[in-house]
Amino acid sequence: MAGKRKIRILVAKPGLDGHDRGAKIIARGFRDAGFEVIYTGLHQSPEQIVEAAIQEDVDVIGLSSLAGAHNHLFREVLRLLKERGAEDIPVFGGGIIPDEDIPKLKADGIREIFTPGTKVEDVVKWVEENIHPRG
Amino acid sequence: MNPKEWAEKIVNGDIRAASRLMRDIDDRMPWVSDVLKELYPHTGRAYIIGVTGSPGVGKSTLVDCLIEDFRKKDQDVGVVVIDPTSPFTGGAILGDRIRMQRHSTDSGVFIRSLATRGSMGGLSRSTSDILRVMDAMGKDVILLETVGVGQDEVDVVNTAHTSMIVLIPGLGDDIQAIKAGILEIGDIFVINKCEREGAERMEREIMMMLELGARRKDGWEPKIVKTEAIKRKGIKDLMEAIEEHRAFREDPEHKRRFLRKALRIELLSNLKDQVSGRIMEALGDEEGLDTVVDEIIDGKVDLYSKSEEILKRVLC
Repeated sequence: MAGKRKIRILVAKPGLDGHDRGAKIIARGFRDAGFEVIYTGLHQSPEQIVEAAIQEDVDVIGLSSLAGAHNHLFREVLRLLKERGAEDIPVFGGGIIPDEDIPKLKADGIREIFTPGTKVEDVVKWVEENIHPRG
Repeated sequence: MNPKEWAEKIVNGDIRAASRLMRDIDDRMPWVSDVLKELYPHTGRAYIIGVTGSPGVGKSTLVDCLIEDFRKKDQDVGVVVIDPTSPFTGGAILGDRIRMQRHSTDSGVFIRSLATRGSMGGLSRSTSDILRVMDAMGKDVILLETVGVGQDEVDVVNTAHTSMIVLIPGLGDDIQAIKAGILEIGDIFVINKCEREGAERMEREIMMMLELGARRKDGWEPKIVKTEAIKRKGIKDLMEAIEEHRAFREDPEHKRRFLRKALRIELLSNLKDQVSGRIMEALGDEEGLDTVVDEIIDGKVDLYSKSEEILKRVLC
């Protein structure tokens, strides 16, 4: 009974803004790439995101932020993952994120940042190349 | 980690160990059966409640309400929610969590989303094993939400101790769609969105159908409950109906009958899985299978002789 791994990915929308079109498009792109996408909807707290990621045993977390609170929220997700002993789950982000924030976020451990205009295929490609389902 | 340690971690409340095992079960990793063997003595305590019905009837919202009420009773709650896998891409969007995410940070609630991964019947192949892991985690109650079902995805009835069918008024030809199959399996019928026109009529129709139908072997008379889950209306009645059915099932004879049927199905499907796994192994997986199929296409051998030959090879 040789099993086969499938990439499981959590797509979450932390913070207060109510624009989830981008997150939904990305979620569909992931589905079409053959991933299992756990979509948790709007207004998620970092705590909710981290607990969901652990309960769902995802391989990667994708965060979407359009409201400008990414610096705080993304870091909070990283901090909580560490606190829960789950810092091995990589995190990437997307949305309206100023260029000058990107190197700092990456230095803190956000693996990649996708800004508006990125093609869905490129995000999928990045996941396929960088995220490996748990061995 | 050896199977024994892994199982101990799960029983002692290690969430990560549990969710990782669930993943390995879903991905059909060969070592999971050793861990499940260790967990088995810790199972058999959780009460499993199945929630099924067409897409959009409010299953997830009802589950969210039930989580809340069971938590008020200080029960530890597990939740398994199942969504369909795309037959074309193999991918899935698992979105049922959205309606219950407020419970995500409650340590007494564990929610797991599963994709059907090609399995018919409304559940995933991994469902029974994953329910068992939650059972071993010490969950008192497990809510099992199936994919939005049509007419004959009835596996839930052999998995859940209490099965509820969720309906809404005015959905096409009301009862028509559920006449056979799922209408026969409900221990409780929930008419959700009951503020809508046609709820009374639907209730009468279900009642009539139940009266006309053959009496159930176990003697249970299915309950009908009207709810408006989004406003939390009728949830108390639903909880009472669940409790009533649960009390009814306490009868050792009923329990044994359910278990016998459930375990028969599980044992057979487990055996089938193992045998088909061995066959694939003997063939040399997908590639080997292709080679054999090509032999048949090219007329070198007929399908029936080849099947016999392969089976002999595997079983001897």
